[in-house]
Parts: sequence; structure tokens; C-alpha cells
Amino acid sequence: MKFSLSWLKDHLDTDEPLEKLADKLTMIGLEVEHIEDKAKVLKPFSIARIISAEQHPNADRLRVCKVDTGAGEPLQVVCGAPNARAGLTTVFAAPGTYIPAKDFTISVGNIRGVESQGMLCSAGELELPEDNDGIIELPADAPVGAGYAEWAKLGDPVLEINLTPNRQDCTGVHGIARDLAAADMGKFKDPGIKQVKGEFPCPVKVTVEDATLCPGFALRLVRGVKNGPSPEWLQKRLTSIGLRPINALVDITNFLTFDRARPLHVFDAAKVKGDIVVRHARDGETLKALDGRTYTLDSKVCVIADEHGVESLAGIMGGEASGCSEDTVDVLIESALWNEINIAQTGRKLGINSDARYRFERGVDPNFMLPGLELATKLVMDLCGGSPSENIVVGNAYGDDRVIDFPISEVKRLAAIDVPMVEMRRILVHLGFMMVGNGPVVKVAVPSWRSDVHGKADIVEEIMRIVGVDKVPMTPFERGDAPRKPILTQIQLRTRRAKRALAARGLVEAVTWSFISKPHAEVFGGGAPELALANPIAADLSDMRPSLLPGLIASAQANTDHGFADLALFEVGQVFKGDRPQDQFVAAAGLRHGLASSNGMGRHWSGSASAGALDAKADAFAVLAAAGAPMQALQIVPGGASWLHPGRSGTIQIGPQNILGYFGELHPRALEALGADGPLMAFEVILDRIPDAKQRATRAKPTLELSAFQPVSRDFAFIVDRSVKSGDIVRAAAGVDKKLITGVSVFDVYEGKGIDDDKKSVAIAVTMQPREKTLTDQEIEAAAAKIVAEVTKKTGGILRA
Amino acid sequence: MSDLQTLQTEILAAIAGASDEAAIEAVRVGALGKKGSISALLSTLGKMSPEQRKTEGAAINLAKDVVTQALTARRDILKSAALDARLASETIDVTLPLRDSAAEQGRIHPLSQVMDELTTIFADMGFAIAEGPDIETDDYNFTRLNFPEGHPAREMHDTFYFNPKEDGSRLLLRTHTSPVQVRTMLTQKPPIRIICPGRTYRSDSDQTHTPMFHQVEGLVIDKGSHLGHLKWILHEFCKAFFEVDNVNMRFRPSFFPFTEPSLEVDIQCRRDKNEIRFGEGDDWLEILGCGMVHPNVLRACDIDPDVYQGFAWGMGIDRIAMLKYGMADLRQLFEGDVRWLNHYGFKPLEVPTLAGGLST
Repeated sequence: MKFSLSWLKDHLDTDEPLEKLADKLTMIGLEVEHIEDKAKVLKPFSIARIISAEQHPNADRLRVCKVDTGAGEPLQVVCGAPNARAGLTTVFAAPGTYIPAKDFTISVGNIRGVESQGMLCSAGELELPEDNDGIIELPADAPVGAGYAEWAKLGDPVLEINLTPNRQDCTGVHGIARDLAAADMGKFKDPGIKQVKGEFPCPVKVTVEDATLCPGFALRLVRGVKNGPSPEWLQKRLTSIGLRPINALVDITNFLTFDRARPLHVFDAAKVKGDIVVRHARDGETLKALDGRTYTLDSKVCVIADEHGVESLAGIMGGEASGCSEDTVDVLIESALWNEINIAQTGRKLGINSDARYRFERGVDPNFMLPGLELATKLVMDLCGGSPSENIVVGNAYGDDRVIDFPISEVKRLAAIDVPMVEMRRILVHLGFMMVGNGPVVKVAVPSWRSDVHGKADIVEEIMRIVGVDKVPMTPFERGDAPRKPILTQIQLRTRRAKRALAARGLVEAVTWSFISKPHAEVFGGGAPELALANPIAADLSDMRPSLLPGLIASAQANTDHGFADLALFEVGQVFKGDRPQDQFVAAAGLRHGLASSNGMGRHWSGSASAGALDAKADAFAVLAAAGAPMQALQIVPGGASWLHPGRSGTIQIGPQNILGYFGELHPRALEALGADGPLMAFEVILDRIPDAKQRATRAKPTLELSAFQPVSRDFAFIVDRSVKSGDIVRAAAGVDKKLITGVSVFDVYEGKGIDDDKKSVAIAVTMQPREKTLTDQEIEAAAAKIVAEVTKKTGGILRA
Repeated sequence: MSDLQTLQTEILAAIAGASDEAAIEAVRVGALGKKGSISALLSTLGKMSPEQRKTEGAAINLAKDVVTQALTARRDILKSAALDARLASETIDVTLPLRDSAAEQGRIHPLSQVMDELTTIFADMGFAIAEGPDIETDDYNFTRLNFPEGHPAREMHDTFYFNPKEDGSRLLLRTHTSPVQVRTMLTQKPPIRIICPGRTYRSDSDQTHTPMFHQVEGLVIDKGSHLGHLKWILHEFCKAFFEVDNVNMRFRPSFFPFTEPSLEVDIQCRRDKNEIRFGEGDDWLEILGCGMVHPNVLRACDIDPDVYQGFAWGMGIDRIAMLKYGMADLRQLFEGDVRWLNHYGFKPLEVPTLAGGLST
């Protein structure tokens, strides 16, 4: 919402300086976004006259002018404007002047060998409208030497308010002035509006077919007007806020839109055929509107029609055919009330952002429908003459009365400020409310223009914003005697620990989009219709991600393309398996590309290795351990999800029913579908699927048992089929005596020379921890024999000689 | 000179001349070994008369002691020299560059770090962390938050929708984390003190907007909390978060459907090119919206607004993270560029704590 200071002063008697008014506006909730003060910016520019203009000796298009600036000797100025000619009165900028549009400060210059002592200016250079090819042309009688901005009456600053959608009353200058007056910034000018007596009945009949779309409609004819350019004061008002004057009748409607938040429409009565019907548009009807565009309508759109068909988009924009021109003699003035929601929907659907829509979708003051019509009639008669008909009114010309029972203690209860009753009354009355009673509960009547005020809290806000939010005292908010317990939930803790665990392994955390392209989602089991956005912002951000990996892979590829190919990335975040809350999970995923093994990144003298599938396994295990998973219970099953290499991937599960996640090398087909260069090692685990640990009653750890006897370690090497899983060998050995055997590790795996092609050698070290006495050689041998027998039984392995 | 003295002199000379441990061992064997020269003399003692044995024996044993000591001394010198020589040959290039340790290379995204900072600050004030799903119903995202059907305020949110279901309802991506407040109020009796950090979505994209962003909202519901408390909490938060002694804040009346009265909050700052300083300067920077929870919202969540009251606030995590750490372009937060992540990210051991500082 834009308005100039002088316009404000039409409605507010004030001597307060601009800055103070602007600050106050912001502090009462009408945030000033921008102040354009031409007088301040253009102060150094003065009026000057060109005495002579000669051809520049070295440049065809330049002229060397002698310029009378009204101060001392004429100055020499080089000018390139085609209209720089002797006798022209124009605008001059002396050296040292800042030129706003060009963002530089001019100095004495030398232009192609000729000195130039300043600059003659175009309107564009001063950021004024009405720009044309050359420098500004002023009337010959403009006073040379005088300040241009002052002479041209540019001294009217324009304020722009970032209006919140609740304040429909402040879509007009009148409403803004009322708020400022309540905040002690001056006296509100609110003279009554006189009725203009109709001289004859309005000859046009009006029918409203659907009162829900049009609760009220008023119309009046003014006959015998003489339309033409509007007077200077009106044009200045409109141009000050960037509106283009058109003709007096149209300008009057635009003026009242901004002055009184009352949009109106004028029809050229000669172009309206028959009676007027307010109705739903028929599917496929079209209208060429005043913006020159043709709109195709449907039955949800509310229109004003006559026997020709649609003449106007109700509350949004008039039609070109029935618009007023300089030739208009009889004018129909319409002032109506429209359904806010319908206006908003229609405006959005048709893509029209008009000043009328802006107001009607917020809701206009219903009680001002008729006064607005009277005001418009008076302006039409003042500016264009003519004789008015009587008003036709269909429906309501007023809104519902709203009276709120207001306990005055609410102000203290919600806003913590002590406001005396008289002050509350003063504020409310200034804002147009009425307050009856002396407490503790008073009755407050809400003015018709404040459709945003419904309850007690709204009245507290009115009082608080005028008293000043700075008066609300900062009050310490004690945490009370609530115990200091951990506040993070299980999944929040897991998320945190997973992130730090992966970063501690050298991976870098990325945050990628929650939505990805449908083809990418499909590779990872997503792409279901219920997870596809109806209105995606881009085709590649269309489907909720079923996995974090597509986003990470895209990032990895982008980094590779930038020349950073050795990388380890991770993300911990939400993934979507369905659209219900319980279908959303927190996943942790990571990937490694290039020389990014667990041992370190990039080429290095200490050893460089490409990342392998088991690096991804190590990452997955680090996350699971940090997140509190029961590591002993995890099972690794060969093979993984379809997006993984079938022979170089594994599934991490606790029984077949609870799959925690997968690790391995990306499947070449998945890479191709994602447009990524492989090989890529990846893992993804679902943190929600980790079983909850048992809650213990005490924080004390279980008693530590220290054995007095030395542990014994024995090595065994088995020749097994290549397909045998080392995990099975370990499990077989460990299972022989769970009490005695405290550890089994694989310290060597060998395939190749000396071993049959389809075999491999797996060497394990078994640690036995005696608890009651030192083991005898016989006992150790007996245990070893059992281990060999068990491994042989479970895996077919033969002890290597 | 007696034979014994001559022998001793010869042996000592041999010891002094021995250049390594093998040579000295040869001298030892030659003198003191089974067939050694001094051992041979000692073996003659048995055949001597007692008087002769007394004098000769003492002399021979003295010579043996002298030789033994000389051997030990020489051996120590040679051993030490040998060690020095070996060590002198054993050199490595200590200037070989190391790999950064994994914990030095890994990074925590600034958004994760800032979420941890927020949690730390609000946990200290007695707040719990609440979370909810990204895919929400229209009811929780709008209707119960006092956005009437078709209200223009809904349009301010540029909502992402899913396709309508058979019953006509359609889910959406939450446009703010306020549905978490609704879910909390519906399931938890007051008093309530929560913050809701999370991911939010609006169909908007330019330098200062991304279709996905992060918010943290706060909610307090009890029987006495008012705007004065809200101001205090936000003031304390800003000081703690931006790690400055003072922040000047400006509270302005504003409008949100779910709060009444509603306020917007600016903080005073000074801007130089890439750097922002708080608590000084004369620029005002909007950082959050807040207000008393609207009675309609309380009612919609089965809380009696005449008994309970409270306030809520919301701010953009991405935005305050950018302000605090000087990140210029919002979009880079989600690009996964390792150069950016290495520069703006945090090391895994840099865990924000109140005791050790949030960012140091």
C-alpha cells in the first residue's frame, strides 16, 4: 500500500515530521517498507537555460552548450541529447552531484577534448516517470537557478507499507490516518459524507442471482457528464503512487480505491444493453478486460452481465467494451460487496492482480458501500458535471453488528501491561470502536471496517499496539522446579549420534532435497502415486524421496564434475515409504566414491585405496553402534536391495522381519539410471528400526569380572569353498563353548596359488578365557578339536595342514 | 718387569685395541677363557707352595680383576658406540606430510550444528523437543491454526499439495512446523513447553527462498504465560545464539492467523559487506514472528482459552544460521558441494555445549 505524505494529510491534521510518522506506523503494525523522498534525493538539481548549443568539434552527436545556471558566469556543458538547443529551459547538475539512476557522482569532465562543467539531465536520470529521448524540457518561465524538485513540487515523499492481510481498512489512506490519530500523531479528519439527491429513478434494473457471491450491490446513473483529463490535483495523487491517469471518470474510481479502500466501477451507460444481472459466468464465456487480455471464464466466476453478455469480472476488473472513454456521456457507477473467497479464487485462477481484487479479497467495509457511491457521485458531478439518478440497492448495505464482552483484565493477562480504563477507552474510541460500561467486563462494539476483530484477544491487540509493544515488560520465564531430565527422544538422540559418528569417520554431511525426480525415486522403490506432488516446483523435484541416496548420488556426481572425485558424503534425514505419519522414517545414508577408503582420502604415500563395499559396511556399523543398536544381534545376509550389486552387497537385519538396512556397491543399472559415474559404495540404515534398549533402573554399570588367569589364543586355518561365508566360520567356532571362547577374529583370507581354484583359506584366531584355573594342554587340545570339528560340520572346511 | 706384568700389559693393550664387540670377546677368551693366558696362570696355583701361592695367587687374581674391569669398560664403550652408529644410520623423513585424521576431515552440516545449538539453549530453559511428519493434513496445517477455508493467508504459504484422495481430501507438505504444535496440544495436557524444529516446504524459489527450508517454533501453554515472558525468552535466546552480550530487539505488531496479538521481531545490526554484527549499528533485521496463541487455535486443540493461555514463535533456522555464520546464498545449503561443506561445516568433535560455548 502506497501513499504520499500530502495525501495522508488530507485525512490527518499533523505537524509531525515524516520520520516520526513512519516510525509510528511501523510500531503500530503498519510496517513502513520504503520511503521515497524525491525532494531529498533531487535537492542539488537546479533549473538552468541553454544560451547556446554548438556542434562539438570532435563528435557528431554531441553539442557544446553555454548554460545559464543563474549563478555567475555561464558554464560550458557537453550534452548528447538530441533536444539540447539554445533557449531550452532544463535541469542542471553541477559537479559533485549524485545521479541516482546512474549511481555515480559527476565531476568536471573532458569529453572528447572539450571541458564539461556539469550535466543536463533527462527524467530517467532523475528516476522520474515520463522519460523520453532527451533532456527535460521545462516551460520557458521556469525560474533559472531555482531548485528543480521544489519548483516541480516533487517534495511529496511517498511511503510504502507492507500491509498485513487482516487490515483491509488500511488499504485506504483514510484508515491509515485513523490509526495514526489514535496513536497521537495528529487529528483525524473525518467529515460526514452527504447524500447526493437523485434527480430521477435509475433506468437500469439490477438482478443478483446468487447473494452469497454478492451480498450487496448499488448502482447509479449520472447523465450528461463531460469526461476528459482529470484535474491536476487528482492526477498528482495517482502519479505519486505510480498510477497512470486515464480520464476523470476512471481516475475517480482509482482515487477512491486508494483514498477510502472503496473500489468502484464505472460503465459507459451507452454501451450497456438492457438490464444488469450479477451471475455466475457460463463455462466458456469470454471477456476482453481493461488490461487488453481476453479471459475464458467458468461457472465459478462471478460476473456482471447485460444483454451483450459479460461486461465485467465482478470485483476484479471491468471489461473493455463497456469502459468509459472521453466520449462517455452517461455513466453508471457501481459500488458493491463481493464474496472474499470467490474473489481470491477467481483472481488466482485468472492471474489478475488488480487493486480491486486486493481489497475485495480482504473484505471491504460493508457499511461504506453507499457512502462510497455518494462520494463517487459527488466527484463525478464536481469534475464532469451531469445529473444523478437515484440509487438502486440490491441486498444489504451494511454488515452484522459485532459486540464483544471484554473483561478489561485481559490486557494484563495476555500482554502484561497496565493500561488505565480511560486510556483503553480513548484508544478504542479513536479507532472507531465503542466501549460501554465501567468494568470489570465492558461491552465493545466493533466498527464495520474492522472485519478482523472478533474476540477479546483482538481487542487486547488493538490496545497493545497503540500503547506500544515496547511497554510490554520483559519478564524472566523461570524454568520452575521441573527436574533436569534429558529432553531428546530416542530418535533425536540416534540422529545426533549417527551424524557425529559418520563425520568422525571422515564423511561430510550434506542436506539434500526431500523431493527428487520420479525416475530416481523408482530406482529406490519409490514413485508411488500418493507420494507424488500435485504441483511440483520443477520436474526433478516431483516425488518424495524413498531413500537419501538419490540426493547424495546427485551431489556426488556434481562434485565429481567439479573435479572433486574422491569423496565421502552422508546424510541423516527423513525418507518416505508412504503418506501416513508412520510411513516417514529417519534414515542414515552414506556413500564413498574414488579414493575414499576407510583408511583415508585421496592419493597418499602411506597407501591409497579405492573405497570398497566393506567400507560402506564399516560406515553402516559405525552408525548402528553409535545409535545404540545391539551389535551382537545383527545378521549380515549376502545380497541387498535391487539398486545394489548382487554379489557385492549385504543386508543388515535382526531376523528376516526387521531389516535395518543395506550396504554395498551400487548396481551399474542404478548408476546408469541416476546418470552417475561408478563405482560408488553406499549404505543406508533406518534408525527407527533399531530396537529400543532395555531401560535400566540405575546408571551403575554391571560389575566388572576380571579373571586372574591368562587368556589363551589358538590359530586355525581352514580350506573352504569360496562360497562359504567367513561369518559362518566365526559363528561355528564361537558357538563351541560360549563361556570359554571370548573372541574369534579372522586374521587372514587367502585365495590363489597353492589353493584350489574354487577354494579359499580363512584363518581365525580363537581366544579362550579360563575363569577358574589355568587350562591344561589337554583341555586346550580338546577345545581345539571341537572347534575344528564344528567348523568342518557347519562349513565343510578342512584344517589346513 | 715380571711375566705377569708383561702379560697384563699385553692384554690391556689388546683390549684398548679391540674395535668391536667380537674383538673384545676374542681378547676375553684369550685371557680369561678356559684356555686363556690368565686362566692358565691360575691353574698353576695348585702346584705352588702355600707361601708362593699366597703371593703369586694374589698377583694373578689382581691381574684378572684388572683385565675383567678393562674388558667391561671397553665393552660398554664399544656397545654404546655401536648403538650410536646404528641409530645414526636409522633415519626417517619426519617432514613427510600426514593425512588429516578422519575426525579432522569429516564435517557436520551447519544446519545440523545450528539445530544442536538451538536444542542446547532451549533445553536449558526447560523446553522439550517435539517433532512431526512432513506430510500433513490440511486440518493440522491450516484449519486448526485458524486459517479459514479460502482465506488469502493460506495463499501466502504457496503450499505443495499431493493429489486428492478418493474422499476428496488432499495431503500437503507442511508449510510451517506449527502442525507439530497442534499435535502436541491434542496429545499433551498443559503445561506445555516445547520447541519444534523441522523441515518445511513452500513453492517458492529465488536467492532468499528455497522450496524446502527449516523452521524452529516454540510453544508455551499454561495458566499465566504472557507477552512479557515471550519477550524475555526471545531476548535470552538471541543473546545466547548469537553469542553476544546484548542484542537490541524491536517488537512490532503484525498479523498471523494463529496468534493474537501477533508480533514481528527485528534485531539491530550493522552490516558490512559479508559480515553482520549484532548489538550495534542502525539496521533492523527481521528474524521471527510470534504472539499469544489465538483462542481459536486453543479451542481447535481442545484447550479452554479462558483457563489456559500461552505464546508461540517461529523462525527460519536456515536464515539464522546464515546470519550467524556469514553464509550468503541460501541455495548452497542444499547443493552438497564439498568445498562449501568443508568451509562452512563443523568438525564432529565441535559439539555445542553451554559450558564450552556453542560455536567454539
